[in-house]
Amino acid sequence: MLSNSSMRTPLGRVRGLGSAKSGTGHFWLQRLTAVANLVLTIGFLCVVLSLIGKPYGAAIATLAKPQVAILMLLFVVSGVVHMRLGMQVVIEDYVHHEGLKILAVMANTFFAIAVGAACAFALLKISFGG
Amino acid sequence: MSIAHRATGSALYAGTLLIALWLIAAASGPAAYETAQWIAGSILGRLVLFGYTFMLLHHMVGGLRHFVWDLGHGFDPQTRTNLAKYSVVVSGGLTVLVWIIALTR
Repeated sequence: MLSNSSMRTPLGRVRGLGSAKSGTGHFWLQRLTAVANLVLTIGFLCVVLSLIGKPYGAAIATLAKPQVAILMLLFVVSGVVHMRLGMQVVIEDYVHHEGLKILAVMANTFFAIAVGAACAFALLKISFGG
Repeated sequence: MSIAHRATGSALYAGTLLIALWLIAAASGPAAYETAQWIAGSILGRLVLFGYTFMLLHHMVGGLRHFVWDLGHGFDPQTRTNLAKYSVVVSGGLTVLVWIIALTR
């Protein structure tokens, strides 16, 4: 099971940040954002439900309220970080071609950042007008 | 159920595009917002939103199950089976509750 190419013991190899050089950062951030999403998603659903049937002006006024806008921004940021990490695990599990895997992981990051930036820009524009 | 967690997570990943489009429409002005509301209120729109609600809540409740496991509990077969059943029942119930609120507003 163990490779003989190294004289180092298994313990020596996993010390510090381990073979991926990022330690448990991915695992921990996935859980941290999961806890945040639990609260923020309930808030998001309440905001969406409160907007049903409202005309444009009233809907915008609701979304522009600081407490609503801040909740929505946190929901978007925590959401896209969480989904990027989750999709990365899916890619790493199912895409076995090394080059394709790197491209997919990159595209995943670009998608998450683009969606996050689009939502954040829209929310800020609603709040600050213009 | 673990594969369901992946499937719902992947669907929600695509679903963030809908949230982005809806927010951009709201930021663009009354005409774009009316169009977005019309699409969301159509039969197809409502079906997609109902599916999105269920997947969101299923992923959320399924995530609670993962917290139980992360804390080192619930690994025996009976508990695992029960958790899987509860997660479907609870997420289904919450979805119906959200839609009752949505349709009676």
